[in-house]
Formats: sequence, structure tokens, C-alpha cells
Amino acid sequence: MYQVTVNGKKHQVDVDGDTPLLWVIRDELNLTGTKFGCGVSACGACTVMVDGQPQRSCQMPVKGVGNASITTIEAATGKIAHAVQTAWREKDVVQCGYCQSGQIMQAIGLLQENKTPTDQDIDAYMSGNACRCATYHRIRAAIHVAAQKLEA
Amino acid sequence: MTLETSRRHFLKGSAAVALIVGFGAGGLLEVRANSTAEKSFNPFVKIRSDNKIIAVVKHFEMGQGTSTGLTTILAEELDADWDDMIVEFAPADRKNYANLFWGGSQGTGGSSSIANSFMQYRKAGAAARDMLVRAAASEWHVPASEIKTSKGVLSHASGKTARYGDMASAAAKLKPAEDVALKKPQDFTLIGKASLPRKDSASKTDGSAIFAMDVKLPDMLYVVVARPPRFGGKVKSFSDKATRAVRGVVDVRQIPRGIAVYAKNTWAAIKGREALDVAWDFTEAENRSTAEMEAHYTDLLTKPGNIAKEEGDVDKAWDSAAKKVSLTFNFPFLAHAPMEPQNCVIRYEPGKGAEIWDGCQSPSMTQDVISKILGLEVDAVKVNTTYAGGSFGRRANFTADYGGEAAMAALAIKGRHPVKLIWTREDDLKGGYYRPMHLEKVEVALDNNNAPSLWRHRITGIPFYPLSADQLDRSAVEGVSNLPYAIPNIKVDQHNVKSPISTLWWRSVGHTHTAFSKEVTIDILAEMAGADPVAFRLNLLKEHPRQAGVLKLVAEKAGWGAPLPKGWGRGVAVHESFNSFVAQVVEVSRNKAGAIKVERVVCAVDCGLAVNPDVITAQMEGGIGYGLGTVMRNRITFEQGEVVQDNFPDYEPLRMSDMPKVEVHIMPSMEKPTGVGEPGLPPCAPALGNAIFQATGERITVLPFGENGIKFA
Repeated sequence: MYQVTVNGKKHQVDVDGDTPLLWVIRDELNLTGTKFGCGVSACGACTVMVDGQPQRSCQMPVKGVGNASITTIEAATGKIAHAVQTAWREKDVVQCGYCQSGQIMQAIGLLQENKTPTDQDIDAYMSGNACRCATYHRIRAAIHVAAQKLEA
Repeated sequence: MTLETSRRHFLKGSAAVALIVGFGAGGLLEVRANSTAEKSFNPFVKIRSDNKIIAVVKHFEMGQGTSTGLTTILAEELDADWDDMIVEFAPADRKNYANLFWGGSQGTGGSSSIANSFMQYRKAGAAARDMLVRAAASEWHVPASEIKTSKGVLSHASGKTARYGDMASAAAKLKPAEDVALKKPQDFTLIGKASLPRKDSASKTDGSAIFAMDVKLPDMLYVVVARPPRFGGKVKSFSDKATRAVRGVVDVRQIPRGIAVYAKNTWAAIKGREALDVAWDFTEAENRSTAEMEAHYTDLLTKPGNIAKEEGDVDKAWDSAAKKVSLTFNFPFLAHAPMEPQNCVIRYEPGKGAEIWDGCQSPSMTQDVISKILGLEVDAVKVNTTYAGGSFGRRANFTADYGGEAAMAALAIKGRHPVKLIWTREDDLKGGYYRPMHLEKVEVALDNNNAPSLWRHRITGIPFYPLSADQLDRSAVEGVSNLPYAIPNIKVDQHNVKSPISTLWWRSVGHTHTAFSKEVTIDILAEMAGADPVAFRLNLLKEHPRQAGVLKLVAEKAGWGAPLPKGWGRGVAVHESFNSFVAQVVEVSRNKAGAIKVERVVCAVDCGLAVNPDVITAQMEGGIGYGLGTVMRNRITFEQGEVVQDNFPDYEPLRMSDMPKVEVHIMPSMEKPTGVGEPGLPPCAPALGNAIFQATGERITVLPFGENGIKFA
């Protein structure tokens, strides 16, 4: 039995300690916005906030999560999250949408650190998040829009 | 309400799950309560008393924008308010929802969604509007011709108004008119509008959009399958002792595709599979490595194949040519690798029926395959179409591969539990369905006036679908069997290679390779003739005004001929696929270390009337990105029959840092609308190859570029 704190709530989960946080979130807690894409931290679809920092949940065994505070897309709130999600909608970034929860969590992480990212900053910070529909062009534009919203 | 609890709550109350549960594209599992009365006008339009209008969309949404596109067409003729439109995916019902280009079959593909549905959805929208108008005329005692409609509101000069929802009850009782006048294109307010918000944006940005991967039924088991590591392999024997000892593993069964491990959660199923001890029989398997296949293909290139096109006398023209060149192209196997690994959920009641939740590209194929496996009537298989996390051709499969496996897994436990069958990324890359490897030989020549005198083209590969050796694979030669360039002597032929490796159409199908060999070859001919690549092509495209049109447009927008920074190169390509016409100019830079960076892609597209310009733009951007990443570095290779690549680190997708600036220009047109999901892809690879040649002087005809001498920055 492990205890995890997800979206502000403590949960007891009866799984093996090597179970990745991703599968705890999806199969045990039924929070399905966080996605399985590769299982090896190579695509970013499983990105969640761990103590406020974007991390890949597919390579994080539940036994190592401890008291960390986990936030998933379902509970992405606050000024930055709102700006990012609004910008995503204004730019109609999504296509299939499967990677976008991870993209959005990663973009929130970027804007927490860097209020005015350049294209190069975006490329560097976002390159671990794959999008097979190649919505990159619009993600870049949406992050700039979100940054402007936060400045205004 | 979570998905799970809503299902459970519902299942408790009713055995006939199918009838009243549907997936709204808004992402929530909607349990239709009677509190919001819903009136059906025809198979495509339902209007609710709260004024929401449901567009029943017969094509699935894999990101290509059909849920927005078909809804736009319907809303246009309905004079509905865009914000009132709700998307619902159609059930499996080939009588009402067949793809009109596919005979009686219901499914999505070939960039046909808008093209086949355009008139059907216009008529459905207009018919519903007409019923609303007649109902209002009757209630208000005024002539129908005096009633106006706009944004979901009926009005009359007398001051009477009603919202569609208020009139729905009376209107739905009327007999639909046989023939209703459609709008004139100049009166369109939604079709062609520059930015109409996508219907799937909101739910795909807050995590609420439901993909098959997100469906959970009570008592459901999670299943992964151990499949033969070589195509055509079989299970010889296996031991599941260690697997059954894994916590959470519930059962292990042999099914026709391998060994299925059933568990209480995904991780336990994956761990249980790792613990399996299986001996495989590779007697009938593909046991060769890529190099051996290439040697076989190279031999076939010396022999005549199935003739796809023959005009004039290529042999005579070759002998008398002034300048000639012989080229060999090599295209690797490719995986589709959509972001959502293959999966679906199935609930099976022996002797009664089955219900599947799937990002279902072809409900008809799925019904046919699953009903056969389960021994059910076709209509006893209900299909719930969820959002699909990409496809790129992967989900349009005659064998309904993962759906079929799910049915086998459900059958093996006699339907005692619903089953979610999941492929991991490794399963997808190592055991999937591939764009077949192709080797091509192209021989071309110029006459004494520097005009192309012949084009001889031979293509060798595993066919895209099962064919005998003497049957022409039309998909493998498309794009060159209809060579648009005015050349007097042409011969195109093709060989089918037999192999148990499973192959499948892959975004733009045969055009993935023919556009490359065709557009690189024509560039080489221009070079040999000392001509400008754009002017040379235009001179040979006089009979193809729409190809010439996009080529001129892209040249103008890209500043063709304008000076570039030192070390840069610019390349062009034009191609017709799926009745749409696309030309692209690619600009690359070369740094001091010689590494290439794709800087800019300018794209011109003529897809007839532009229904959703922003979706068209997005599909061009996506097709370009998907194509670029692939030709930069993707290939599937075999070592003694086993696929070498197993996850993204060695099948590296295009990344944010690789994505160039993309500019898309849509040709104004009143021609009937044609597809955009695939046509954006074919020209980008040859345009990149031609740009690399301009920057480096190197002609690369073996893909991917990154594995054949080109380093990318």
C-alpha cells in the first residue's frame, strides 16, 4: 500500500512499488488526462507536475514518490495554466490531442521559469515532448501568446 | 461524474447499454437523460430542446479535423450558431453512414471525408432547416418564404421569433422534403471562414477528451499479448508459471496471435508478459535481414514487372537519347507510430453480442472481423467511436488487427470480463504494420533540344495489401502511373514481393515514395538541361493547370530566385494526390560543420473549395512535419527477421527543435472540395532533397537522409 498526493488529495493505492506513477494515476485514480505514449520518458505524453516541476510519470516508480505533491492536467489551475490553455484554444493547436496534456504541463513549466521565452528557449525546453501530428509550429506560437497574456 | 462511475451507475440500471449511451465529442460520456428532449431530423441532425444541435459525424476524428469540418457543412445549411453545435460520432451503421466513395462500407481514409460528405451534409442541414421553417410557418400562419433563419433563430417580419430548440418538436414531426434548395456559395457564412474554432480544442486542452485508452468498464481486465518476434512466427510452447505469480495477473491464454496476459491493471499485464517463457517456431517466418531483402529487390529491378503504364517506345528513346541517367531509389519500411498506442475495449456476451470502444477508423471492417471471430451477426457488434490519438493509416486495417485481438482475448475467457487490449510502444514499432520498403529504378533522358524524351520507372516492394505476384499494386505506383509531365515515352512497371511482414497504407500511401522519386528525378533532368527547376516543370505541366497553379503560387510566395544566405539551398516539388494539388519550397541552411537545418517551408495547396481554411493550414503543417521527421531519420530495419527499432529513442520523431517555419497559402477555388489529410506530405521530402542538393551538391536517393550521409543540426 502506498500513499500518493494527487491534485491535493491523499490516496492509498494497493499496487507493487515498481508500478510507475503514470499507471497509478490512470488505472487506480481514474485520471485519464495523463497519457501513456512510450513508457521510457521519450515522448512526454505522461508529463505531470511533481512539486510544481514537469516530470515524466512513466519512469517514476510509486515507491519513490513519497510526499511529493502531484498535479495532473485535470487540476492544472492558476494564472499560467489558464493563459496556456486559453492560448492553445485561440491558436487551435490540437490535432489528435493525445500528447497535448503533456505539452501543456511542459509549457506551464517553461513559463514558470521564463516569462518571455524566445523560439530557441521554447525549442530547448519543449523538445522532449513529441507530437506525431507535428503541431509544433502552433505550440511555439501559443506559448508566445500565453507569455503575452501573462505580461499584460 | 467520472467516466467509471457514470458507466457503473448506468450499467446497474440497464442491460441495454448500447441504446442510450454515447460519447459526446466534448469528451464526456453522456448519459442521455429525458430532461433534454432530443429530436431527430435525419441521420445527421438532432436538435435538443436546449437549442443545442447535434451533428452526427460519420468520420472519426484522428486530428485531421473532420469533426469540425462535417459540422461546419451541416451548420452552414442549417443556419445554426456555431457555438450551439455539438459533435457526436456515428454508430456502426453502413446503411446511413457509409463512405460514399467506398461503396457500402463505413470508414475514413484516402483523404475522402470532406469530399464524400460535402453534398450529403449540406442536404441534411438544408432539409432540417426546411422542416424548422415549415413548422414555424404553420404555427405563425405566415408563408414559409417569409421566414428568415440566422444563427439558430427563426424570425418573421411581424416580429415573431423562435429558437430552433423551441420549434424542434413540431418540426421533427414533418415529412422531410424530397429536394431542398441549397445556399449559393456567396451566401456562406461558416464555410470558408478564416477561423472557426475547432470543436475538439476545449476537451483536448483540459484532459477531458476521451480516447479508447481512457475507457474503463466495471470488472474490466487489462490485456497485453506476447506476439512472435518475427513476422509469420508461431507459438511452439510456453510456460506461464512465472507470469501467474505476478501480483495482479489473473489469467493467461493462448490466442491465435500469441499469448494473452490478463491482469487487474496495465502494469501487471506488462510485467506478466515479461515473465512469460515462450518458445517460438520460425519455420514459416520472415527470417531475413534488410540487406538480404535489398539484394532480392535489386535482382527484381532487372526483370520486367506488372505494367502500370506504357506509352510510346521507351527502349528506342533510350537508345537514341542525347543525355541520359539511371537512378536507384531506396525507401525503408516505416512505422506509423501514432501517439496513442493501439488499444481498444471490448465487452462480449456469448451468443448475444459485443460492444467495442475504439478510435475506430473503419466501423464496417471492425464489425466484419469481430463478428466473424465471435460468431455473431454483424449488427450484433456495436461500435462506440472515441477520439483517436492519431492514425496516419495505422487504424484502417482489413484485419482490424488490435480489435480482432481484443475479440480473441474476450472469446478466450468467454466474455467473463470486459477486456482492454493494449499495445505498448515496443509492440507498435516491432510488430506493427509498415509502409513497405521499396526499391525503384528510374531511367530518364533528354533529347537534342533538352526536352525529356522518356521515363522508365520500375518499383519493387511488398504490396500494401495481399495480392498475387502477377497483380498490379495500384497503390504502389500511384503518383507515377499518372505521371503529369509531358514526356512522349513512358513505361512504369512493378513487382510484388511476398513476405509475411505486415504492410499497410501510411499517410499518402504510394505517394510517400513516388512523389520523391518523381520530383527528384525531374529536378535532375532540369539540372541536366541547364534549366530553372520551376520553369522546367511548368513547361511540362501545360495540360495540368492546377498543378501549374500551385507551383506558380508557391514560387511567388517563397521568393523563388531571390538570393539566399551563403550555404543555404532551396528546393521545390509539386504533386497531386487524392485529387488535391500541393507544391512546396523548402529552404535549408548549412552550418560550418556541414550540418543541415530545415529553416522554412512554403506550401501552396489547391483542394477546391476551402471548407475550413485553418484546418487545411493545420493539415499542411502536420503533413510537412510528419514527412520531414520521417525522411530525416526514420527507418524500420530487420536483423534475421526481427525489427531492430523498439521505441522512440531509435525511431526518433520530429522534435520541436526540428520544426521549420511553415507558411501555407490556399488557392482560392470554387471546385468541389477535396482532401487535405494526406496531400501535404508527398512534396516535402523531394523538396527537401532538392534543397539539400542545392546546399551541398549531393543527390541522396536512399532514405532517410540522416542515415545516408546528411547530418542534421
